[in-house]
Amino acid sequence: MDSLDRRLLNMIQEDFPLTEEPYAEIGRRLGLTEKEVLERLTRLKKRGIIRRIGAVFDLRQLGYTSTLCAMQVPAERLNEVAAVVNGFLGVTHNYLREDTYNMWFTLIGPSRKYLEEVMASIEARTGLAVMELPAEKSYKIRVKFNMDEGSS
Amino acid sequence: MSRPLTPLEIELVRMLQGDIPLVSRPFLPVAQKLGISEKEVLGHIQRLQREGIIRRFGAALRHREAGITANAMIVWQLPREKLAAAGEKLASFPEVTHCYQRRPHPQWPYNLYAVVHCRTREACRTLAARLAAAIGCNNYRLLFSTDELKKESMRYFIQGTFEDESWQGGEKR
Repeated sequence: MDSLDRRLLNMIQEDFPLTEEPYAEIGRRLGLTEKEVLERLTRLKKRGIIRRIGAVFDLRQLGYTSTLCAMQVPAERLNEVAAVVNGFLGVTHNYLREDTYNMWFTLIGPSRKYLEEVMASIEARTGLAVMELPAEKSYKIRVKFNMDEGSS
Repeated sequence: MSRPLTPLEIELVRMLQGDIPLVSRPFLPVAQKLGISEKEVLGHIQRLQREGIIRRFGAALRHREAGITANAMIVWQLPREKLAAAGEKLASFPEVTHCYQRRPHPQWPYNLYAVVHCRTREACRTLAARLAAAIGCNNYRLLFSTDELKKESMRYFIQGTFEDESWQGGEKR
């Protein structure tokens, strides 16, 4: 990744031009041709740095609800339990973390009932308890990563 | 939920929650599918953004592949009356990507959560100490992630429900 790639990544995370030819517009801002922008983005996507380009929705405004869940999973059962958890539609993130509660996943669904049914089903199929930590208030959701060198 | 979406908006959500193509006119396929112009598609996106239904339009990155390899969830246990000010304070740090107040659990008394992404674990620890000092609460715990088992964007308004046996317990794509 060179410094142009970093500027490109910063720009397309938050400042994606909503015009008919957005990549030409990005090129104008960065002093590149549309072809060069598309080549760089294709390469960054192939390397897995760009996951997707599209809209991020406010799930509540779409009528959906979400929660955070944590489980204590014995080391030898991690793969098996992850397969059960990840198999449910609406489990969007699942992370292993170093703690007594080692599996942490977010669950999104069209209703509270859906979330409860998925959690109950995970408990029934794994025999392990699901601890639920629902959000009471959100102070920040900003999934932008500053690509500038030296920054954290 | 603020207002019900129109059928066209629901169709737009279905199309824009995926990945627009890396081509000169990426909104053209969306416009053609909906039978409207690209300008109209862009107008809808801008309006949904103003209404807050679209939080952001742009690229989602895989931070691990981008070299931001340390990810920690930091949890604090605070008196209820101190939560709002502490939450606002944590949210003001650029390194904090997510900050939530959560209902504590008998097994887990923490009620304020921040997710931070740093280039190293050491940087995460230093940052956690700075955040703790900023909100005046040293009762915290740092949970580093060791593996990402799943990460994908939510797909809304897809066919099927939980009761639908055909996908219960398994993903239907």
